[in-house]
Amino acid sequence: MSNHLQNLNLKIWRQDGPADSGRFESYLVGSISDEASFLELLDVLNEQLIGEGQDAIAFDHDCREGICGTCSLMIDGQAHGPQRGTATCQLHMRKFASGDTIVVEPWRATAFPILKDLMVDRSPLDRIVEAGGFITAATGGAPDANIIPIPKPVADAAMDAAECIGCGACVAACPNGAANLFTAAKVSHLNLLPQGQAERWSRVEAMVETMDEYFGSCTNHGECEAACPKSISIDFIAMMHKDFRRAKVKNRTLISQI
Amino acid sequence: MAQAMQSRGPVTGTAATPKKRRKFFLLDFYDTAVGKKYVMAITGIMLLGFVLVHMIGNLKMYLGAEHINDYGEFLRNLLVPIMPRTVVLWLMRGGLLTAGALHVHAAVSLTRLNHKARSVKYQGPRDYQIANFASRTMRATGVIVLLFLFWHLADLTWGWWNATGAKAADGPFVRGDAYGNIVRSFERVPVSVLYIVANIALGTHLYHGVWSLFQSMGWNNPKFKEWRRYLAVAFATIIVVGNVSFPIAVLAGIVGK
Repeated sequence: MSNHLQNLNLKIWRQDGPADSGRFESYLVGSISDEASFLELLDVLNEQLIGEGQDAIAFDHDCREGICGTCSLMIDGQAHGPQRGTATCQLHMRKFASGDTIVVEPWRATAFPILKDLMVDRSPLDRIVEAGGFITAATGGAPDANIIPIPKPVADAAMDAAECIGCGACVAACPNGAANLFTAAKVSHLNLLPQGQAERWSRVEAMVETMDEYFGSCTNHGECEAACPKSISIDFIAMMHKDFRRAKVKNRTLISQI
Repeated sequence: MAQAMQSRGPVTGTAATPKKRRKFFLLDFYDTAVGKKYVMAITGIMLLGFVLVHMIGNLKMYLGAEHINDYGEFLRNLLVPIMPRTVVLWLMRGGLLTAGALHVHAAVSLTRLNHKARSVKYQGPRDYQIANFASRTMRATGVIVLLFLFWHLADLTWGWWNATGAKAADGPFVRGDAYGNIVRSFERVPVSVLYIVANIALGTHLYHGVWSLFQSMGWNNPKFKEWRRYLAVAFATIIVVGNVSFPIAVLAGIVGK
Protein backbone atom coordinates (compact mmCIF):
# COMPACT_ATOMS: atom_id res chain seq x y z
CA MET A 1 0.00 0.00 0.00
CA SER A 2 1.68 3.13 -1.09
CA ASN A 3 1.32 6.52 0.46
CA HIS A 4 1.35 9.75 -1.42
CA LEU A 5 3.35 12.88 -0.71
CA GLN A 6 1.46 16.11 -1.17
CA ASN A 7 2.55 19.54 -2.35
CA LEU A 8 6.25 19.22 -3.04
CA ASN A 9 7.94 22.51 -3.84
CA LEU A 10 10.74 21.97 -6.32
CA LYS A 11 13.38 24.62 -6.95
CA ILE A 12 15.00 23.45 -10.15
CA TRP A 13 17.89 24.93 -12.09
CA ARG A 14 16.83 25.95 -15.60
CA GLN A 15 19.42 26.92 -18.17
CA ASP A 16 18.68 27.19 -21.88
CA GLY A 17 22.16 26.33 -23.07
CA PRO A 18 25.85 26.41 -22.20
CA ALA A 19 26.07 30.16 -22.79
CA ASP A 20 22.91 31.03 -20.81
CA SER A 21 23.32 32.27 -17.26
CA GLY A 22 20.52 30.10 -15.85
CA ARG A 23 18.24 30.58 -12.83
CA PHE A 24 16.23 28.63 -10.27
CA GLU A 25 12.56 28.14 -11.06
CA SER A 26 9.92 26.92 -8.64
CA TYR A 27 7.43 24.18 -9.46
CA LEU A 28 4.71 22.53 -7.43
CA VAL A 29 4.00 18.82 -7.66
CA GLY A 30 0.59 18.22 -6.10
CA SER A 31 0.83 14.49 -5.37
CA ILE A 32 3.44 11.78 -5.88
CA SER A 33 3.68 8.17 -4.66
CA ASP A 34 6.39 7.53 -2.06
CA GLU A 35 7.37 4.53 -4.19
CA ALA A 36 8.33 6.80 -7.08
CA SER A 37 12.01 7.37 -7.67
CA PHE A 38 13.37 10.89 -7.83
CA LEU A 39 13.66 10.60 -11.60
CA GLU A 40 10.01 9.56 -11.78
CA LEU A 41 9.16 12.71 -9.85
CA LEU A 42 10.88 14.68 -12.60
CA ASP A 43 8.98 12.61 -15.21
CA VAL A 44 5.69 13.50 -13.54
CA LEU A 45 6.70 17.14 -13.39
CA ASN A 46 7.71 17.06 -17.08
CA GLU A 47 4.32 15.57 -18.05
CA GLN A 48 2.73 18.43 -16.15
CA LEU A 49 4.95 21.01 -17.90
CA ILE A 50 4.32 19.53 -21.35
CA GLY A 51 0.57 19.56 -20.62
CA GLU A 52 0.86 23.26 -19.83
CA GLY A 53 2.77 23.81 -23.06
CA GLN A 54 6.02 24.56 -21.28
CA ASP A 55 9.53 23.32 -22.02
CA ALA A 56 10.33 20.02 -20.25
CA ILE A 57 13.27 19.88 -17.85
CA ALA A 58 16.32 18.21 -19.42
CA PHE A 59 18.08 15.72 -17.13
CA ASP A 60 20.38 12.74 -17.66
CA HIS A 61 19.05 9.24 -17.04
CA ASP A 62 19.35 5.82 -18.60
CA CYS A 63 19.23 2.43 -16.85
CA ARG A 64 17.35 3.65 -13.76
CA GLU A 65 18.76 0.75 -11.73
CA GLY A 66 21.98 2.29 -10.46
CA ILE A 67 24.49 0.65 -12.78
CA CYS A 68 24.97 2.98 -15.74
CA GLY A 69 26.18 6.18 -14.06
CA THR A 70 24.11 8.45 -16.29
CA CYS A 71 21.87 10.15 -13.74
CA SER A 72 23.33 12.96 -11.70
CA LEU A 73 21.62 15.83 -9.81
CA MET A 74 22.65 17.80 -6.76
CA ILE A 75 19.62 17.36 -4.51
CA ASP A 76 19.41 19.62 -1.46
CA GLY A 77 23.15 20.22 -1.65
CA GLN A 78 24.10 16.54 -1.81
CA ALA A 79 25.25 14.66 -4.90
CA HIS A 80 22.64 11.96 -5.69
CA GLY A 81 20.54 13.24 -2.78
CA PRO A 82 20.35 12.39 0.91
CA GLN A 83 20.63 8.59 0.67
CA ARG A 84 24.11 7.07 0.99
CA GLY A 85 25.41 4.56 -1.54
CA THR A 86 22.74 5.04 -4.19
CA ALA A 87 22.39 6.98 -7.43
CA THR A 88 19.54 9.45 -7.98
CA CYS A 89 17.54 6.78 -9.83
CA GLN A 90 17.44 4.64 -6.65
CA LEU A 91 16.50 7.54 -4.41
CA HIS A 92 12.85 7.17 -3.56
CA MET A 93 10.32 9.80 -2.56
CA ARG A 94 9.85 8.07 0.80
CA LYS A 95 13.06 9.87 1.80
CA PHE A 96 11.10 13.13 1.62
CA ALA A 97 7.99 14.46 3.35
CA SER A 98 4.88 16.28 2.17
CA GLY A 99 5.38 20.00 1.79
CA ASP A 100 9.18 19.73 1.47
CA THR A 101 11.08 22.24 -0.62
CA ILE A 102 13.68 20.37 -2.69
CA VAL A 103 16.50 22.22 -4.43
CA VAL A 104 17.81 20.49 -7.57
CA GLU A 105 20.95 21.64 -9.30
CA PRO A 106 23.25 20.16 -11.94
CA TRP A 107 26.82 18.99 -11.15
CA ARG A 108 29.01 22.04 -11.07
CA ALA A 109 32.61 21.89 -12.25
CA THR A 110 34.48 23.82 -14.90
CA ALA A 111 35.21 20.46 -16.57
CA PHE A 112 31.46 19.67 -16.64
CA PRO A 113 29.85 22.48 -18.66
CA ILE A 114 26.07 22.59 -18.39
CA LEU A 115 24.44 21.61 -21.67
CA LYS A 116 20.85 22.34 -20.70
CA ASP A 117 18.98 22.57 -17.38
CA LEU A 118 20.30 19.68 -15.29
CA MET A 119 22.40 18.01 -17.99
CA VAL A 120 26.17 18.35 -17.99
CA ASP A 121 28.94 17.18 -20.31
CA ARG A 122 31.07 14.70 -18.36
CA SER A 123 33.41 13.72 -21.20
CA PRO A 124 36.61 14.79 -19.37
CA LEU A 125 36.11 11.56 -17.39
CA ASP A 126 36.41 9.71 -20.71
CA ARG A 127 39.65 11.59 -21.45
CA ILE A 128 41.08 10.19 -18.20
CA VAL A 129 40.07 6.63 -19.04
CA GLU A 130 41.46 6.97 -22.58
CA ALA A 131 44.82 7.95 -21.10
CA GLY A 132 45.34 4.58 -19.41
CA GLY A 133 42.18 2.75 -18.42
CA PHE A 134 42.92 -0.30 -20.54
CA ILE A 135 45.20 -3.36 -20.61
CA THR A 136 47.11 -5.12 -23.33
CA ALA A 137 45.35 -8.44 -23.62
CA ALA A 138 45.82 -11.26 -26.08
CA THR A 139 42.86 -11.39 -28.45
CA GLY A 140 41.27 -14.63 -29.49
CA GLY A 141 39.21 -17.13 -27.61
CA ALA A 142 38.17 -16.48 -24.04
CA PRO A 143 40.79 -17.79 -21.61
CA ASP A 144 39.83 -20.48 -19.14
CA ALA A 145 38.50 -19.28 -15.82
CA ASN A 146 41.05 -18.98 -13.02
CA ILE A 147 43.96 -19.50 -15.41
CA ILE A 148 45.63 -16.48 -13.77
CA PRO A 149 45.75 -17.02 -10.01
CA ILE A 150 44.60 -13.92 -8.11
CA PRO A 151 44.46 -13.90 -4.30
CA LYS A 152 40.94 -13.41 -3.00
CA PRO A 153 41.65 -10.11 -1.11
CA VAL A 154 43.23 -8.65 -4.26
CA ALA A 155 40.29 -9.69 -6.41
CA ASP A 156 37.90 -8.19 -3.84
CA ALA A 157 39.80 -4.88 -3.69
CA ALA A 158 39.97 -4.65 -7.47
CA MET A 159 36.24 -5.37 -7.64
CA ASP A 160 35.51 -2.64 -5.08
CA ALA A 161 37.35 -0.16 -7.30
CA ALA A 162 35.78 -1.50 -10.48
CA GLU A 163 32.34 -0.74 -9.06
CA CYS A 164 32.81 2.88 -10.21
CA ILE A 165 30.07 3.75 -12.68
CA GLY A 166 31.67 7.05 -13.71
CA CYS A 167 28.74 9.27 -12.73
CA GLY A 168 30.96 12.14 -11.57
CA ALA A 169 29.35 12.50 -8.13
CA CYS A 170 32.84 12.60 -6.59
CA VAL A 171 33.70 15.66 -8.65
CA ALA A 172 30.33 17.24 -7.92
CA ALA A 173 30.60 16.65 -4.17
CA CYS A 174 34.25 17.68 -3.86
CA PRO A 175 34.62 21.24 -2.56
CA ASN A 176 37.63 21.51 -4.90
CA GLY A 177 36.07 19.92 -7.98
CA ALA A 178 38.69 17.15 -7.92
CA ALA A 179 38.30 13.84 -9.74
CA ASN A 180 40.75 11.91 -7.57
CA LEU A 181 38.23 9.28 -6.47
CA PHE A 182 37.12 8.55 -10.03
CA THR A 183 40.70 8.38 -11.30
CA ALA A 184 41.87 6.35 -8.30
CA ALA A 185 39.09 3.81 -8.85
CA LYS A 186 39.93 3.47 -12.55
CA VAL A 187 43.68 3.25 -11.86
CA SER A 188 43.38 0.83 -8.94
CA HIS A 189 41.05 -1.73 -10.43
CA LEU A 190 43.66 -2.44 -13.12
CA ASN A 191 46.81 -1.76 -11.08
CA LEU A 192 45.77 -4.32 -8.47
CA LEU A 193 45.38 -7.17 -10.93
CA PRO A 194 48.09 -9.18 -12.70
CA GLN A 195 46.60 -8.31 -16.10
CA GLY A 196 47.17 -4.62 -15.38
CA GLN A 197 50.86 -4.85 -14.47
CA ALA A 198 52.36 -4.23 -17.92
CA GLU A 199 51.03 -0.67 -18.07
CA ARG A 200 50.89 -0.10 -14.30
CA TRP A 201 53.35 2.81 -14.08
CA SER A 202 52.58 4.49 -17.40
CA ARG A 203 48.86 4.15 -16.62
CA VAL A 204 48.93 5.99 -13.31
CA GLU A 205 51.21 8.69 -14.69
CA ALA A 206 49.10 9.31 -17.80
CA MET A 207 45.75 9.19 -16.00
CA VAL A 208 46.79 11.49 -13.15
CA GLU A 209 48.31 13.99 -15.57
CA THR A 210 45.19 13.96 -17.74
CA MET A 211 43.07 14.47 -14.61
CA ASP A 212 45.20 17.52 -13.79
CA GLU A 213 44.24 19.17 -17.08
CA TYR A 214 40.57 19.35 -16.13
CA PHE A 215 40.04 19.01 -12.39
CA GLY A 216 41.01 20.44 -9.01
CA SER A 217 43.18 18.85 -6.35
CA CYS A 218 42.36 16.52 -3.48
CA THR A 219 42.42 18.04 0.01
CA ASN A 220 41.19 14.89 1.74
CA HIS A 221 37.79 16.14 2.87
CA GLY A 222 36.26 12.72 2.14
CA GLU A 223 33.09 14.20 0.60
CA CYS A 224 33.53 12.07 -2.55
CA GLU A 225 33.32 8.81 -0.61
CA ALA A 226 30.08 9.95 1.06
CA ALA A 227 28.57 10.98 -2.29
CA CYS A 228 29.70 7.93 -4.28
CA PRO A 229 26.68 5.77 -5.22
CA LYS A 230 29.00 2.75 -4.94
CA SER A 231 30.63 3.98 -1.68
CA ILE A 232 34.13 3.61 -3.13
CA SER A 233 36.69 4.24 -0.39
CA ILE A 234 39.16 7.12 -0.43
CA ASP A 235 41.76 4.44 0.41
CA PHE A 236 42.03 4.07 -3.35
CA ILE A 237 43.11 7.71 -3.58
CA ALA A 238 46.01 6.98 -1.23
CA MET A 239 46.87 3.92 -3.35
CA MET A 240 46.88 6.06 -6.49
CA HIS A 241 49.10 8.67 -4.82
CA LYS A 242 51.53 5.92 -3.84
CA ASP A 243 51.61 4.42 -7.33
CA PHE A 244 52.04 7.87 -8.88
CA ARG A 245 55.07 8.59 -6.68
CA ARG A 246 56.57 5.21 -7.49
CA ALA A 247 55.88 5.69 -11.21
CA LYS A 248 57.67 9.04 -11.14
CA VAL A 249 60.85 7.67 -9.58
CA LYS A 250 60.98 4.39 -11.47
CA ASN A 251 63.61 4.05 -14.15
CA ARG A 252 61.60 2.43 -16.89
CA THR A 253 64.54 2.28 -19.25
CA LEU A 254 65.23 -0.99 -17.47
CA ILE A 255 62.29 -3.20 -18.33
CA SER A 256 63.07 -5.62 -15.50
CA GLN A 257 62.34 -2.92 -12.92
CA ILE A 258 58.60 -3.21 -13.08
CA MET B 1 26.82 32.16 -14.65
CA ALA B 2 27.60 31.42 -18.23
CA GLN B 3 30.55 29.17 -18.68
CA ALA B 4 32.44 28.66 -21.89
CA MET B 5 32.53 25.24 -23.50
CA GLN B 6 36.01 23.83 -23.56
CA SER B 7 37.36 22.88 -26.92
CA ARG B 8 38.81 19.40 -26.86
CA GLY B 9 41.01 17.45 -29.18
CA PRO B 10 39.77 14.52 -31.18
CA VAL B 11 38.95 11.34 -29.32
CA THR B 12 41.73 8.92 -30.12
CA GLY B 13 40.56 5.93 -28.16
CA THR B 14 44.15 5.12 -27.27
CA ALA B 15 46.91 6.71 -25.27
CA ALA B 16 48.68 7.61 -28.49
CA THR B 17 49.58 11.15 -27.47
CA PRO B 18 53.20 11.91 -28.33
CA LYS B 19 55.54 11.83 -25.37
CA LYS B 20 56.12 15.34 -24.13
CA ARG B 21 59.61 16.33 -23.16
CA ARG B 22 59.90 15.86 -19.45
CA LYS B 23 61.60 18.16 -16.97
CA PHE B 24 63.96 17.00 -14.24
CA PHE B 25 61.86 14.46 -12.36
CA LEU B 26 61.37 16.48 -9.17
CA LEU B 27 60.11 19.51 -11.13
CA ASP B 28 58.03 17.23 -13.33
CA PHE B 29 56.52 15.75 -10.15
CA TYR B 30 55.87 19.19 -8.66
CA ASP B 31 54.04 20.22 -11.84
CA THR B 32 51.17 17.88 -10.98
CA ALA B 33 48.58 18.48 -8.27
CA VAL B 34 49.38 15.09 -6.69
CA GLY B 35 53.07 16.06 -6.62
CA LYS B 36 52.24 19.37 -4.94
CA LYS B 37 50.25 17.47 -2.32
CA TYR B 38 53.36 15.36 -1.63
CA VAL B 39 55.30 18.60 -1.14
CA MET B 40 52.55 19.86 1.18
CA ALA B 41 52.81 16.63 3.18
CA ILE B 42 56.62 16.42 3.34
CA THR B 43 57.09 20.10 4.27
CA GLY B 44 54.16 19.67 6.65
CA ILE B 45 56.00 16.84 8.43
CA MET B 46 59.09 19.06 8.78
CA LEU B 47 56.99 21.88 10.23
CA LEU B 48 55.20 19.43 12.55
CA GLY B 49 58.60 18.37 13.87
CA PHE B 50 59.49 21.99 14.52
CA VAL B 51 56.19 22.78 16.24
CA LEU B 52 56.58 19.76 18.52
CA VAL B 53 60.22 20.43 19.46
CA HIS B 54 59.47 24.15 19.95
CA MET B 55 56.64 23.35 22.34
CA ILE B 56 58.74 20.84 24.29
CA GLY B 57 61.65 23.29 24.47
CA ASN B 58 59.38 25.98 25.85
CA LEU B 59 58.24 23.67 28.65
CA LYS B 60 61.64 24.48 30.16
CA MET B 61 60.21 27.81 31.31
CA TYR B 62 58.48 25.86 34.09
CA LEU B 63 61.91 24.91 35.42
CA GLY B 64 63.00 28.53 35.72
CA ALA B 65 64.83 31.29 33.88
CA GLU B 66 68.26 29.63 33.78
CA HIS B 67 66.93 26.42 32.27
CA ILE B 68 65.17 28.00 29.30
CA ASN B 69 67.91 30.54 28.67
CA ASP B 70 70.53 27.79 28.86
CA TYR B 71 68.48 25.80 26.38
CA GLY B 72 68.54 28.81 24.01
CA GLU B 73 72.32 28.98 24.39
CA PHE B 74 72.56 25.24 23.75
CA LEU B 75 70.70 25.68 20.43
CA ARG B 76 73.12 28.43 19.38
CA ASN B 77 76.06 26.24 20.39
CA LEU B 78 74.89 23.06 18.69
CA LEU B 79 77.88 21.00 17.44
CA VAL B 80 80.15 23.86 18.41
CA PRO B 81 83.56 22.24 18.40
CA ILE B 82 82.87 21.00 14.87
CA MET B 83 80.83 23.91 13.51
CA PRO B 84 81.08 27.61 14.34
CA ARG B 85 78.52 28.98 16.82
CA THR B 86 74.92 29.39 15.48
CA VAL B 87 75.76 27.73 12.13
CA VAL B 88 73.79 24.57 12.85
CA LEU B 89 70.90 26.66 14.16
CA TRP B 90 70.90 28.71 10.95
CA LEU B 91 71.01 25.54 8.84
CA MET B 92 67.92 24.30 10.66
CA ARG B 93 66.24 27.68 10.25
CA GLY B 94 67.11 27.62 6.54
CA GLY B 95 65.50 24.21 6.21
CA LEU B 96 62.36 25.38 8.00
CA LEU B 97 62.13 28.58 5.95
CA THR B 98 62.43 26.55 2.74
CA ALA B 99 59.83 24.08 3.96
CA GLY B 100 57.50 26.92 4.95
CA ALA B 101 57.95 28.71 1.63
CA LEU B 102 57.28 25.51 -0.35
CA HIS B 103 54.25 24.72 1.85
CA VAL B 104 52.78 28.15 1.12
CA HIS B 105 53.66 28.07 -2.58
CA ALA B 106 52.07 24.65 -3.07
CA ALA B 107 48.99 25.75 -1.07
CA VAL B 108 48.54 28.92 -3.12
CA SER B 109 48.92 27.17 -6.47
CA LEU B 110 46.57 24.33 -5.46
CA THR B 111 44.00 26.83 -4.19
CA ARG B 112 44.12 28.65 -7.52
CA LEU B 113 43.75 25.34 -9.37
CA ASN B 114 40.77 24.43 -7.19
CA HIS B 115 39.02 27.74 -7.74
CA LYS B 116 39.53 27.31 -11.48
CA ALA B 117 38.11 23.79 -11.27
CA ARG B 118 34.74 25.16 -10.10
CA SER B 119 34.50 28.62 -11.62
CA VAL B 120 30.73 28.70 -11.10
CA LYS B 121 29.82 27.78 -7.53
CA TYR B 122 26.72 25.88 -6.45
CA GLN B 123 23.85 28.34 -6.38
CA GLY B 124 21.91 26.47 -3.72
CA PRO B 125 23.25 25.68 -0.25
CA ARG B 126 25.66 22.73 0.05
CA ASP B 127 25.08 20.03 2.64
CA TYR B 128 28.51 18.63 3.54
CA GLN B 129 28.57 15.10 4.95
CA ILE B 130 32.16 14.38 5.94
CA ALA B 131 34.13 17.59 5.41
CA ASN B 132 34.61 19.09 8.87
CA PHE B 133 35.30 22.57 10.17
CA ALA B 134 39.05 21.93 10.22
CA SER B 135 39.30 20.58 6.69
CA ARG B 136 37.23 23.42 5.26
CA THR B 137 39.12 26.19 7.06
CA MET B 138 42.67 25.01 6.23
CA ARG B 139 43.35 28.13 4.17
CA ALA B 140 42.03 30.50 6.83
CA THR B 141 43.84 28.77 9.71
CA GLY B 142 47.01 28.60 7.58
CA VAL B 143 46.91 32.35 6.94
CA ILE B 144 46.25 33.03 10.65
CA VAL B 145 49.24 30.88 11.64
CA LEU B 146 51.47 32.60 9.07
CA LEU B 147 50.49 36.11 10.24
CA PHE B 148 50.89 34.99 13.83
CA LEU B 149 54.35 33.61 13.04
CA PHE B 150 55.44 37.07 11.87
CA TRP B 151 54.03 38.68 15.01
CA HIS B 152 55.67 35.99 17.16
CA LEU B 153 59.12 36.66 15.65
CA ALA B 154 58.67 40.43 15.91
CA ASP B 155 57.61 40.02 19.52
CA LEU B 156 60.08 37.50 20.94
CA THR B 157 62.97 37.24 18.48
CA TRP B 158 63.44 40.72 17.06
CA GLY B 159 61.87 42.50 20.02
CA TRP B 160 60.10 45.15 17.92
CA TRP B 161 56.80 44.81 19.73
CA ASN B 162 58.24 43.72 23.02
CA ALA B 163 59.78 47.08 24.02
CA THR B 164 57.53 47.71 27.00
CA GLY B 165 55.68 45.28 29.15
CA ALA B 166 52.56 45.76 31.23
CA LYS B 167 54.65 47.22 34.04
CA ALA B 168 57.43 49.77 33.66
CA ALA B 169 59.48 47.74 36.15
CA ASP B 170 59.78 44.92 33.60
CA GLY B 171 62.38 46.88 31.68
CA PRO B 172 63.21 46.67 27.97
CA PHE B 173 63.54 43.69 25.61
CA VAL B 174 66.77 41.78 26.22
CA ARG B 175 68.12 39.68 23.36
CA GLY B 176 68.88 36.16 24.58
CA ASP B 177 66.81 36.48 27.76
CA ALA B 178 64.00 34.26 26.50
CA TYR B 179 62.44 33.92 29.93
CA GLY B 180 62.27 37.66 30.64
CA ASN B 181 60.97 38.44 27.17
CA ILE B 182 58.23 35.81 27.43
CA VAL B 183 57.08 37.12 30.82
CA ARG B 184 57.18 40.73 29.60
CA SER B 185 55.14 39.83 26.53
CA PHE B 186 52.52 37.61 28.14
CA GLU B 187 51.82 39.99 31.00
CA ARG B 188 49.96 42.05 28.38
CA VAL B 189 46.51 40.41 28.38
CA PRO B 190 45.67 41.18 24.70
CA VAL B 191 48.94 39.55 23.63
CA SER B 192 48.14 36.44 25.64
CA VAL B 193 44.70 36.30 24.06
CA LEU B 194 46.30 36.62 20.62
CA TYR B 195 48.64 33.70 21.39
CA ILE B 196 45.78 31.55 22.61
CA VAL B 197 43.59 32.29 19.57
CA ALA B 198 46.48 31.70 17.15
CA ASN B 199 47.29 28.38 18.82
CA ILE B 200 43.71 27.20 18.54
CA ALA B 201 43.92 28.04 14.82
CA LEU B 202 47.19 26.09 14.67
CA GLY B 203 45.56 23.12 16.42
CA THR B 204 42.66 23.17 13.95
CA HIS B 205 45.13 23.24 11.07
CA LEU B 206 47.06 20.31 12.58
CA TYR B 207 43.91 18.27 13.22
CA HIS B 208 43.23 18.05 9.50
CA GLY B 209 46.87 18.29 8.37
CA VAL B 210 48.20 15.35 10.38
CA TRP B 211 45.44 13.07 9.12
CA SER B 212 45.53 14.41 5.58
CA LEU B 213 49.27 13.96 5.11
CA PHE B 214 48.88 10.19 5.32
CA GLN B 215 46.44 10.23 2.39
CA SER B 216 48.66 12.58 0.39
CA MET B 217 51.73 10.42 1.02
CA GLY B 218 49.83 7.27 0.08
CA TRP B 219 50.26 5.79 3.57
CA ASN B 220 47.10 3.80 4.17
CA ASN B 221 48.38 0.45 5.32
CA PRO B 222 45.42 -1.34 6.97
CA LYS B 223 47.69 -2.07 9.95
CA PHE B 224 47.76 1.57 11.02
CA LYS B 225 45.02 3.15 8.91
CA GLU B 226 42.55 3.36 11.80
CA TRP B 227 45.13 5.15 13.97
CA ARG B 228 45.65 8.12 11.67
CA ARG B 229 42.72 10.07 13.09
CA TYR B 230 43.69 9.35 16.71
CA LEU B 231 47.24 10.47 15.98
CA ALA B 232 45.94 13.73 14.52
CA VAL B 233 43.75 14.38 17.57
CA ALA B 234 46.60 13.54 19.97
CA PHE B 235 49.16 15.66 18.13
CA ALA B 236 46.91 18.70 17.83
CA THR B 237 45.85 18.40 21.49
CA ILE B 238 49.41 18.08 22.80
CA ILE B 239 50.59 21.12 20.82
CA VAL B 240 47.63 23.32 21.74
CA VAL B 241 47.60 22.38 25.43
CA GLY B 242 51.35 22.90 25.72
CA ASN B 243 51.46 26.22 23.88
CA VAL B 244 48.32 27.69 25.46
CA SER B 245 49.63 26.82 28.93
CA PHE B 246 52.47 29.36 28.60
CA PRO B 247 50.48 32.63 28.44
CA ILE B 248 48.06 31.24 31.05
CA ALA B 249 50.98 30.34 33.34
CA VAL B 250 52.42 33.86 33.01
CA LEU B 251 49.03 35.53 33.64
CA ALA B 252 48.43 33.22 36.62
CA GLY B 253 51.82 34.10 38.02
CA ILE B 254 53.18 30.54 37.84
CA VAL B 255 55.88 31.75 35.49
CA GLY B 256 57.21 35.21 36.36
CA LYS B 257 59.93 37.19 38.02
